[in-house]
Amino acid sequence: MNVERRNFLKILGAAGIAGAASGSAAKADPAVRASTQWMGMLIDLTLCVGCRKCEWACKQANGPTDDTPIDAYDDKSVFEKKRRPNAISLTVVNRYESQRSGEKPTYVKKQCMHCFEPACASACLVGAYRKTKLGPVVYDESVCIGCRYCMVACPFEVPAFTYDNPTSPAIRKCMMCFERLSKGESKPACAAMCPVEAITFGRRCDLLTLARRKIQDNPNRYVDHIYGEYEAGGTCCLYIAGRPFEELGFQTNVGTEPYPELTKGFLSSVPLVQAIWPAMLMGAYAFSRRRAELSDQKASPSSAIPTRAEQQS
Amino acid sequence: MTNHAGHIVAPSEWIRAELTLKQSTRAYLRNLVTPFNIVAAAILCVGLPVTINRFMYGLAAATNLSDDSPWGLWIGFDVLCGVALAAGGFVMASTVHLFGMHEYKPLVRPAILTGFLGYFFVVIGLFYDLGRPWRLPYPLVWSPGVTSVMFEVAWCVSLYLTVQLLEFCPSAFEWLGLRKLRAWAVWLTTALTVFGVILSTMHQSALGALFLIAPGKVHPLWYSPYLPVLFFASAVVAGIAMVIVESSLSHRVFHSQCAEEDQQKMDRLLLGLGKAGAIVTMCYFFLKCLALAHGQHWDLLHTPYGYWWMIEVLGFVLFPSLLYAFAVRHERADLVRVASVIAVLGIVMNRLNVSIITYRWNATDRYFPSWQEIVVTLTIVTVGLVAFRWIVNRMPVLHEHPGYEAAH
Repeated sequence: MNVERRNFLKILGAAGIAGAASGSAAKADPAVRASTQWMGMLIDLTLCVGCRKCEWACKQANGPTDDTPIDAYDDKSVFEKKRRPNAISLTVVNRYESQRSGEKPTYVKKQCMHCFEPACASACLVGAYRKTKLGPVVYDESVCIGCRYCMVACPFEVPAFTYDNPTSPAIRKCMMCFERLSKGESKPACAAMCPVEAITFGRRCDLLTLARRKIQDNPNRYVDHIYGEYEAGGTCCLYIAGRPFEELGFQTNVGTEPYPELTKGFLSSVPLVQAIWPAMLMGAYAFSRRRAELSDQKASPSSAIPTRAEQQS
Repeated sequence: MTNHAGHIVAPSEWIRAELTLKQSTRAYLRNLVTPFNIVAAAILCVGLPVTINRFMYGLAAATNLSDDSPWGLWIGFDVLCGVALAAGGFVMASTVHLFGMHEYKPLVRPAILTGFLGYFFVVIGLFYDLGRPWRLPYPLVWSPGVTSVMFEVAWCVSLYLTVQLLEFCPSAFEWLGLRKLRAWAVWLTTALTVFGVILSTMHQSALGALFLIAPGKVHPLWYSPYLPVLFFASAVVAGIAMVIVESSLSHRVFHSQCAEEDQQKMDRLLLGLGKAGAIVTMCYFFLKCLALAHGQHWDLLHTPYGYWWMIEVLGFVLFPSLLYAFAVRHERADLVRVASVIAVLGIVMNRLNVSIITYRWNATDRYFPSWQEIVVTLTIVTVGLVAFRWIVNRMPVLHEHPGYEAAH
């Protein structure tokens, strides 16, 4: 075997292994259908009074330990700035004043939406995120390298990062109290705490039925839209509200396609490059070598290297 | 070991001679005091405590990164621009070794060295940026997340760094006098070049594909399903432009290291590269227009960000492409150099625009790098330049080693 052929086979072998490794990337994405077993939360924004006891309960259940007494949560000045989930508060409540005079403001609880096909999970290069069979999307700190790509990917801007931790910074986000639920608690801490029962925890399909019935029974109270029903391909956290969602700080340009679909096209082209490029490039190499040979022959005909056919004739 | 004069010397003597560039230690240290070295030392003096601060007190102490802006200068410039500007390696290697244009041989080794050092210092930049940099091998060997574009980036960059190291090996082995190893490394060249082009295609486009998952965050004039193709095309543009810039600078700064190339021969090579630069930059311009047409956001051109888009595309992509063509037509190598500087700036602008400047463009609180982030970036660039200089002053990069016949 001459040198070029050996080289060529080596390249094919390497390309084949790499192709097989990334070809499985396309297979590793299962076709996800909404599971009837998934639990979720329905948040009725017409009921929330902005007491923020859900924030307190969440901190108690998930840490870090916060010494702020529950009475301090009555301070309304916190509503002057819009907050987002952060490393300390996995869920936050924001106030949105009404455009019409006399109408009460709307309070909006914000936390992880627990998408059917989470962008964070597909973006994570170490697979730190997992959509559990129960429904919540959970995060495993033990493999996280802190690249923060999940924070770029999430359309709802949920994951937070403990930037001030020098040795073990990690993502912090609502996990729908997955650990507590697995240990037998009946509902997440926020849902258990809410004094006005604005948060209903249950099977997502049941919550959808409940939300539709509420809207149907009270068409003047609710806007005819369940946020999270189709957003980002469907989420386990659902919202119904008395005002249009774009007035309440919700992302309305999220679309109905699951976010992982956005990168599947590119990832599936990777094996194509691995398959086609070697052939194209070796072809260019062979072409340029032959051209060089021919121009050498033209320069000095006596040094012409006979082709195999010429040798055999 | 043999020194350049062909005499056998003890290894320790050889090491000392190479370290001090064959001068006495005292003379070498005296000659180190140059304006460039003073500035570099000053940068390093600030960079070292900033580095210690970053690793002792975390990212919050050293950066302006936030939950809303998780990626900053270290990703936008050090990683995204660094990888693009190091693309000259695969461009020159394929030009010479695959497309058979052997007249460009003198430019291959410097391009490979720039490429290798570029990618190496990209990884150094990542060390600063990652929350847990010691877990860098995790996506490779411990916990693969195969649905992620970044997983693909991690693999390709790791493999490509290895390929570039191996492609540079002939030069290093010639310097060390290891003939057999050098022959083996040269024999690998074709395979490595093919592998390098494949890897480069994949990870250069993957860096663009990273942002596909964030359509709501990147400005519509920069977001496109064509981002992977745009990033790959711009990498080729950056590769050719950087080879022109780097070889022009090297020939002026490292004049003593260069082979006896007369300026005319270099200029001819530059004009040839300028021809290629004109074509690929024009191609990239067309791709930008294609992405604009596909997005259908014509109305946004009449906004401040729209004007910024036109400045980037018309001033730093279309203009250098036309300048390249003009320079080649009128055989003006100096204008080829000007065009390549503008093209490099255009690619840097594009990467910064996608990752930082137009990221969450309509938010109220925007990100701007902290002075420490800027210092770290400057430090990494400085160390890279110093490393480049150290290698070029000792190894056969800008000239051929007299003891070996030309490889390939």
